[in-house]
Amino acid sequence: MNSTQNVIAGVGLADRPLKSRWPARMDFAQSASGLVLGLFMWGHMFFVSTILISKDAMWSVTKFFEGYFVLGVSYPGVVSIVVAGVLGLVMFHAFLAMRKFPANYRQYRTFIGHRRFMAHEDTTLWWVQVVTGFLLFFMAAVHLYQMMMHPGDIGPYGSADRVWSGRWWPLYLVMLFAVELHGGVGLYRLCVKWGWLEGKDANASRRKLKAAKWVLTVFFLVLGLATLGAYMKIGYEHRAQVGEKYTPAWAVPAPKEKAQ
Amino acid sequence: MAEVKAARTLTFKILRYNPRVPGDKPRLQSYQLEEADGMTLFIALNEIRDKQDASLAFDFVCRAGICGSCAMTIDGRPGLACRTLTKNLGAEITLAPLPVFELIADLSVDTGKWMRGMSERLQTWVHMKQEEIDLKRIEDRMDPDLAEEIFELDRCIECGCCVAGCGTARMREDFVGAVGLNKVARFRLDPRDKRTDDDYYELVGDDAGVFGCMSLLGCHDVCPKQLPLQTQIAFLRRKMVLQGTKG
Repeated sequence: MNSTQNVIAGVGLADRPLKSRWPARMDFAQSASGLVLGLFMWGHMFFVSTILISKDAMWSVTKFFEGYFVLGVSYPGVVSIVVAGVLGLVMFHAFLAMRKFPANYRQYRTFIGHRRFMAHEDTTLWWVQVVTGFLLFFMAAVHLYQMMMHPGDIGPYGSADRVWSGRWWPLYLVMLFAVELHGGVGLYRLCVKWGWLEGKDANASRRKLKAAKWVLTVFFLVLGLATLGAYMKIGYEHRAQVGEKYTPAWAVPAPKEKAQ
Repeated sequence: MAEVKAARTLTFKILRYNPRVPGDKPRLQSYQLEEADGMTLFIALNEIRDKQDASLAFDFVCRAGICGSCAMTIDGRPGLACRTLTKNLGAEITLAPLPVFELIADLSVDTGKWMRGMSERLQTWVHMKQEEIDLKRIEDRMDPDLAEEIFELDRCIECGCCVAGCGTARMREDFVGAVGLNKVARFRLDPRDKRTDDDYYELVGDDAGVFGCMSLLGCHDVCPKQLPLQTQIAFLRRKMVLQGTKG
């Protein structure tokens, strides 16, 4: 037997006489989750790119996040918890953003025709977000699951072996472009969507925001490519010793690790 | 002596289609015309109709960017024919009707039906409490700055360019478009209108309203009156989110 609420909702009258508050919450939540993920993306890129400074620098960042410098022992499980949170947030954001995707052939065809004929930059950038967002459903999920299950494998050799000998570099290469374009456009869109940094002249501010967006996107793409190249090189040179972990000379013997 | 530039020969590729003629199919028809000084698309189209093809259908009334009747898609972008100078376009110009609205024929569309539906849905008129309506009483004074602010948004001519340039409106037929959101923002400013944010939430607090907007800003970029649509929609979004998350 259906409850009263099920009967009312079942015939499409759930939001009568008053409109539901959920569209407002969902709109806010989509932007908020996107903001957190966008900022995380940039922070993450800075952390992984420390390999460009030195193996020791990257090792130190890894151990910092495992709590070694505070607790004296590494807890890779801490990374697993953070990654699980990020994965949850990605799923939440994707669920909300999917509402905006073209939902059927007619909508898809109409939008594609509109985008091509109008040749409007922000409209095209939105489509870039749709395509990259779709790709990230799969790529981000694979990457995050791997990190969540094997947090102890993050390190100068561990990561490089995964990239090269584990053949993860093709995924990382495509994901780098997908995530930087998606996040960069998304952060720009957040500003124009909510009126942030608008100032007195919205058009001038928008031009500046877009210029800043492109500068940042190019910067992070170059940084990402250089970083990926560095891991590939280390991985290639280390291919005969896959599984060996890196420990800086000043940290020998290797710090104790708590089971994940 | 100043050099006299040879006039360009313009090629107009115009979408021809009359949905009321059985069997008619959309096609592009080309017309050539010598460009004249200060020529607008409105002048060019009239010349084509007068001298080359009397069957070409397009709309115009005011010729001064006030009535919004001559809105059409110009090289892919919605705009007003009377406000578009041919010298700012290439030698080949593609003209098509505005999408979304009911097509009458060729470049002529019925924006009125859509706009009326939107106005009725969003109740775009000043809502006063019945007991306060006293026709003999002098209206309350309004701060000139506020009046100016309201007037700025009231400059909308309902040409439909913002709707035709909107990716959301193209995909989702029930979306109110920037024209509707701008009107809500306008009445929200008006102190004579006694509606509250709770009332406005009932009008635009869903995906067919302000939350459907994906901030592609096509509306803002094509508005022939340069209305601050980006700012207004962002403002309305903040207010409606606040309203929607209150309770």
